[in-house]
Amino acid sequence: MNNETTMKPHGVPIGVRRTIAYITLIFFSFLCLIWFYILLINSTRSHSEMTLGFTVLPSTHLLDNWSSLINGTIPIARGFLNSIIVSVCTAVLCTYFSAMTAYAINTYQFKGRAAIATFILAIMMIPGQVTALGFLRLIVRLGMDDSIVPLIIPAIASPVTYFYLKQYMESNLPLSLVEAARIDGSGEFRTFNTIILPLIKPAISVQMIFAFVGSWNNYFTPALILHTDTKKTLPVMIAQLRGADWLRFDMGQIYIMIAASIFPVIVIYLLLSRYIVGGVSAGAVKG
Amino acid sequence: MDKNKSTKANHNVVKFNRWGYIFLIPFFVTYIIFSLIPLFSTIYNSFFENYRSGLKQIGPNFVGGANYVNLLTTPEIWKYLGNTLLMWVGGFIPQIVIALLLAYWFSDPSLRLKGQRFFKTVIYMPNLIMASAFSMLFFALFSDSGPVNQILLSLGAIKEPFKFFQFVGASRILVMLMNFLMWFGNTTILLMAGMLGIDSSLYEAAQVDGATASQVFFKITMPILRPIFIYVLITSLIGGLQMFDVPQILTNGRGNPMDALTTVIMLLNRYLTSKDVGRGGALSVFLFIVTGILSLVVFRINSSKEKD
Repeated sequence: MNNETTMKPHGVPIGVRRTIAYITLIFFSFLCLIWFYILLINSTRSHSEMTLGFTVLPSTHLLDNWSSLINGTIPIARGFLNSIIVSVCTAVLCTYFSAMTAYAINTYQFKGRAAIATFILAIMMIPGQVTALGFLRLIVRLGMDDSIVPLIIPAIASPVTYFYLKQYMESNLPLSLVEAARIDGSGEFRTFNTIILPLIKPAISVQMIFAFVGSWNNYFTPALILHTDTKKTLPVMIAQLRGADWLRFDMGQIYIMIAASIFPVIVIYLLLSRYIVGGVSAGAVKG
Repeated sequence: MDKNKSTKANHNVVKFNRWGYIFLIPFFVTYIIFSLIPLFSTIYNSFFENYRSGLKQIGPNFVGGANYVNLLTTPEIWKYLGNTLLMWVGGFIPQIVIALLLAYWFSDPSLRLKGQRFFKTVIYMPNLIMASAFSMLFFALFSDSGPVNQILLSLGAIKEPFKFFQFVGASRILVMLMNFLMWFGNTTILLMAGMLGIDSSLYEAAQVDGATASQVFFKITMPILRPIFIYVLITSLIGGLQMFDVPQILTNGRGNPMDALTTVIMLLNRYLTSKDVGRGGALSVFLFIVTGILSLVVFRINSSKEKD
């Protein structure tokens, strides 16, 4: 608080600085929201209304657009189901096994522990795209082409999620607890499942959301693996929309499809934004 | 007796520590099958000629480094690498400047900004939006008869619709704008976490010595934030090299106008979908190396500054 008195002579008065800060913040918030506002408005308008120009207020065709999307040529309901299955399974596998990996590195003093920890940190940087070619060939050989399985299973090895959970365990998991569980005769696997997992629930939930969202939004790999229309996830279907002769499309359908595919994530985010934003910064404080 | 006890305890610890390996099995089995084997297979395939020419399958024939020579001597890859880096830089510079400014304001106790949680929630939100949907949305909004043109027309700012996607500059700026919007909130939060972690006694000491606000910012805040800067820069650069969803969907995979929006991963995607295994492999390995070197270079630059 001393800042104010000492620094005033050198700089701009605090009231002016505060006003500039608010104006900037409002400007960038506007820049973030305006696109979604237009999306929302246009989702409620019919194609013919949209050709007449933009209006600030919504219209009444939200349900019409929705029903024409559902009854249209794109199997959107299937897309939703596929996306939900893939994202939920990915989120569960990713967090459970990342927690297990993090627990192994954090708790046990086995030979080669430091080397393994460094190895996982090193592979964190490798982008998935550089192994995509070999991945696709493997998938074909394993008979998993055109299936959602290869979108889910690899999530078991998620170095980034492991890294966040290990950070969390380092500062929040007393090893004496593990000792106490051993004295009580709890097996190591049981200790992990019934004592450790509930303890790190806050970190697990945040990472689960990130894994879910990451999988929900993923486009590169599903676009290469899924070929049958009824197996495709939402991002692949959206891309198809762009590929179609889209000027002939009902624009109401396009807007409502975009809105529907980002809606679940926005709802999750608005409900849990405090934890999500906190989770982002938790990773940064590692210094 | 004592000695006996301690060996027994040791034995117990060793017995328990074996569980470390057991708990690591799922990670490593999955990693080896779905990442390591594909990596080696990618490298291996990069030395073979293996593609489809019309209906005819060529190869696989061992050709040594021919795919690499072919890749690096055609101007395509350099152009696409240039496109990728340009669009990354164009999004990154405003991103880091704005994020620094906002983070500084958020963490400045003398400003006492209200509604911080609201602002943070809003600016982080685009990061979680499906990039392909966001890109499709921009394509619809900025199309010739889309709402942006309609609004500009009704305001009298333009006389006829501005064809955003026919101009290299306008199309690239749209990609940069999307990249900026998706990432500046994330960077703000990361930088702010770093700023709040700075020991306030440092600031107090600076005040006693009569430092100005800008001196405090450049001599205390910035050097302490350096590790987080490295982190933001490296992750953003590596993420930038992976740029795909936004330009792919915005241009329907063609990278138009004039191939100016084609990124390196879009080229890789073309090879993967056309089953040009050899060239795709060479490009993957090239990307693997570039990603590695760039992150190393950035890391070096920043750590040498520290010694000055």
